[in-house]
Amino acid sequence: MGAGRSGPPADGDDPGPAPDVALHRGLGLTDSEASAIEALLGRVPNHLELALYAVMWSEHCSYKSSRVHLRRLPTEGPGVLVGPGENAGVVDAGGGIAVALRIESHNHPSAIEPYQGAATGVGGIIRDIFTMGARPIALMDPLRFGPLDDERSRWVAAGVVAGIAGYGNAVGVPTVGGELVFDQAYAGNPLVNVLCVGLLPVERLVLGRAGGVGNLAVLLGSATGRDGIGGVSVLASAGFTDDVVAEEAKRPNVQVGDPFEEKRLIEACLQLLDEGLVVGIQDLGGAGLACATSETASRGGVGMDVDVSAVRRREPAMEPWEVMTSESQERMLAIVTPENLGRVLEVCGRWEVAASRVGVVTAGGRLRILDGWGGEVLADVPAASLHEDAPLYDRPRRAPADRGARAADDPGRLPAPEDPGKDLEMLLVDPAWVYRQYDHQLFLNTVVAPGGDAALLRLHAPGVPGGDGRALALSADGNGYWCAADPRAGTAAVVAESALNVACVGARPVAVVNCLNFGNPEHPEVMWQLSEAIDGMAEACRSLGLPVVGGNVSLYNESAGADIDPTPVVATLGLVEELRSPPPGVGLVAGEVVLLVQAPGAAPSLGASQWAVRLRGHRGGRLAPLDLAAHRRLVEVVVGLVAAGVPGGVHDVAGGGLGVALAEMAIASGVGARVAGVDGHVGLFGEAPSRVVLSVPPGRVGEVIDAVVAAGLEAVELGTAGGERLVIEGLVDRGVDGLRQAAARVLPDALGAVGSA
Amino acid sequence: MSRFAALVEVRLRPGIADPAGTTIERSLAALGFADVSGVRTGKAIRLEVEADDAAAARSRVEELCRRFLTNPVIEDALVSLEEQAR
Amino acid sequence: MSVTVGVVVFPGTNCEHDVVEAVARAGGEARTVWHADRRLTGVDAVVLPGGFAHGDYLRPGAIARFSPVMAAVEELARAGGPVVGICNGFQILTEAHLLPGALQKNRGLAFVCAPAELEVVTDRSVLTAGVAVGRRLRVPVNHFEGNFTCDPSTLAELVDQDRIVLRYVHNPNGSVADIAGISNEAGNVVGLMPHPERASDPLLGSEDGLVLLAALLASAGAPMASPRSGAPPVPSDGSGSGAFGAVAAAAT
Repeated sequence: MGAGRSGPPADGDDPGPAPDVALHRGLGLTDSEASAIEALLGRVPNHLELALYAVMWSEHCSYKSSRVHLRRLPTEGPGVLVGPGENAGVVDAGGGIAVALRIESHNHPSAIEPYQGAATGVGGIIRDIFTMGARPIALMDPLRFGPLDDERSRWVAAGVVAGIAGYGNAVGVPTVGGELVFDQAYAGNPLVNVLCVGLLPVERLVLGRAGGVGNLAVLLGSATGRDGIGGVSVLASAGFTDDVVAEEAKRPNVQVGDPFEEKRLIEACLQLLDEGLVVGIQDLGGAGLACATSETASRGGVGMDVDVSAVRRREPAMEPWEVMTSESQERMLAIVTPENLGRVLEVCGRWEVAASRVGVVTAGGRLRILDGWGGEVLADVPAASLHEDAPLYDRPRRAPADRGARAADDPGRLPAPEDPGKDLEMLLVDPAWVYRQYDHQLFLNTVVAPGGDAALLRLHAPGVPGGDGRALALSADGNGYWCAADPRAGTAAVVAESALNVACVGARPVAVVNCLNFGNPEHPEVMWQLSEAIDGMAEACRSLGLPVVGGNVSLYNESAGADIDPTPVVATLGLVEELRSPPPGVGLVAGEVVLLVQAPGAAPSLGASQWAVRLRGHRGGRLAPLDLAAHRRLVEVVVGLVAAGVPGGVHDVAGGGLGVALAEMAIASGVGARVAGVDGHVGLFGEAPSRVVLSVPPGRVGEVIDAVVAAGLEAVELGTAGGERLVIEGLVDRGVDGLRQAAARVLPDALGAVGSA
Repeated sequence: MSRFAALVEVRLRPGIADPAGTTIERSLAALGFADVSGVRTGKAIRLEVEADDAAAARSRVEELCRRFLTNPVIEDALVSLEEQAR
Repeated sequence: MSVTVGVVVFPGTNCEHDVVEAVARAGGEARTVWHADRRLTGVDAVVLPGGFAHGDYLRPGAIARFSPVMAAVEELARAGGPVVGICNGFQILTEAHLLPGALQKNRGLAFVCAPAELEVVTDRSVLTAGVAVGRRLRVPVNHFEGNFTCDPSTLAELVDQDRIVLRYVHNPNGSVADIAGISNEAGNVVGLMPHPERASDPLLGSEDGLVLLAALLASAGAPMASPRSGAPPVPSDGSGSGAFGAVAAAAT
């Protein structure tokens, strides 16, 4: 190796890094990665070639630190049409319809420019979905910010919500749910994850690959500017420091989203696909044209010649490497046969979408960047090497030194609250302030809107025939407290909760996607967390029969040297065969019996609970055990009961424990309850998986208990619903309306004024 | 102390995409104004400030622009000042 | 006789499929009309649906009003044909001066998507003909710029001429006089911020929007019926544009 490299000076003085060393380091490549590239090419790469490798081998694009672990996840199942590795996972939903889904993070861009960071995250995930031939029908946004009493965190939170609303509403894809968490762990590094689902007729499924030597690569959409150059290698693949000057220097990378361009791009691309005019199509996301051209060529086993001078530009004097790595938004690359080019341009013209021929598919697997057709060859590399030959790192892993001490630090020893009702009130947050800003109803699909355990949507979309009364459910879940306490058990519990959430709206969970938000992978403790979390997820998904059909890994979530809590977010897709009426939803019905259904011997723990962490600042302790076999039976029982229309209300018991679950049901329905047998504040606020509260008509309690017992689970009769107060004997006696008002106040009080800036 | 009227023009920084400007420019061409180019959108904000002199007023307004009226990541501000008659 | 509703699609419109589906549920037929079309052939009524025509850039509706189809929409409106603007459609109708006033940013300076309770204020419009005045309807709103505003004399005119069609029971956006929807003088052009199509199925929590859409279909298909209950019946010109054509013609 090193064939063409000019060696270091022979004299003994240290000359400092040679110019090309400074170059590859400046692009985010390590010395050994630079050597590997040189070995691959058999010569010294030029600047453009180095820039291509730098973006494609970045953590963001190559998953070089996580891939060795991701292989342990189960990815196959009977309904899986497309698994991980494509733009989105695709699951057969029956009736000739498939569901495409994907989740991604936009954490770092959102930390820097909250509105545009969140907006472009929405735009990117939508492109991943219609790239597969699917009509995007719903978005979800799991969000995590610093505490509400921190001014900057409020600014970030308000900006992110406005960005999601501003882009999602205008592009015409409803936002049907999400998560909202405020915690110190995310103060310097918020988590902005975004999920999109789309529907397609199974036969319209397309993959992002080029094929057919002589076919043309056509660039659709916005002109290319200097937006986000090096975004994946600089922003998404390195943490934040507390160096203000260094952070300022990263800033020119911010992209601006244009939902109107994206809307026209969606319509144009779906029409192109409907008319069968494209061989393959790929969105331009992280790493821009470099990624789209090399991935489509690599997947198709071909090469591509790209005329960089043919790319429409928004700014003068752009260098070829800038054009190739720009992350300007709202662009797609379509592979088209020469005879279809005219019709493609016509369809694009109707939708006012600019289209220009920028490349041609070649034999031989080389990606060549040319300055004009027949012009100078600016770069010449094996396309597959950019996409597939990135280094794989099995980085050192080490359990944190304080693991044992932290687990032993049981919050059960904290003094019992003097007024548990007051503590309960403080745990309640109504997210309506957020979701009222999102269009969550477009396409007439939203049967269960945000605020329920899971969103429930009709399986129905413009241009997608059929559906036949089917429905899909979606729930996105994460819990940094649990995963910090025990990444393996915590992640398994998150998967379990997510599956139970879709069951609560009557849907059978069928697949998951994940967004793995972790700290700096160069910290051995973070790699240990990631590896443990993947094992916990693999175990839970196998036991519950849930293939992982796609995912995203977001590393380097750190600020001033502190890593975030490990926060794997799981989104579960559920299906309903026949939806005749809306499910009962979170609520109580006056006169009905309040039943707690759970795995036998459930023992709630205050370890890593909402009560201990949020109200007492105590992060230690152990999680309650999870019996995955019992959990699977619970999911089946709940799906069966809801489908049969038995309960008048259903809610899973999650963060905040039984007390919060009962309060949320009371608030949602405006109906109180009187319950007994809750064992002190541990029983009230302790958390354990595999628990559901049901409101059941008195005449049907027997049949519910029979079903529960037959499944090897247990049912506890807690009391009766009715009245205007929530009374938990010996612990809580509060008016339902007072609880509702307290919960409703939290976000407007903290964020209401910020959004107007 | 004097009173200064300030006009703050919040603009997208050069190089930052301006979807609204692009759309307006395209529409102008369709309406027969094909000779128009370089459309950029922004916001204009008027305010008044008390300060010892014009330099102090300007620095005050520039500070509030940086801290509040603009996000320096994507926007900058052009400040025009005019001393008010007392 | 089945009535055909033309649902205009501008680049950026996104509620067109929903309106087509809801009109079918209400018993009519609907088809989309591209904004670049200059003619509205075979259409008994027009709906300008919700969305973000031309990205809402500059001002909502400011660019859409210049689309080629708008000349035909204006012509239909002048001839008395039913024209309904929903949400973004309402904004376009005000920008096109087919309805007075303007839609400003919501009082709370935030987008609001929520169910709204409406009260029917008059039955003298194509959207409420035959609907009991005072009836409450639950229909969602979904907008950032839905705060209806106009000068006092315009408001007085709207009141005097019975042109306030729908009011909010709990005002979600700061609209003057709680106005959710208004009509032109003849009652054949109506703009409203709430989305009737989003209340068209029991699975969605309300079917009240069908009341309004059914009234629109009846108005478009019944040449002899007049929503202006006080106005004398005027013979139809038989052009298929409905009673409002006749009323408007009589008024000019």
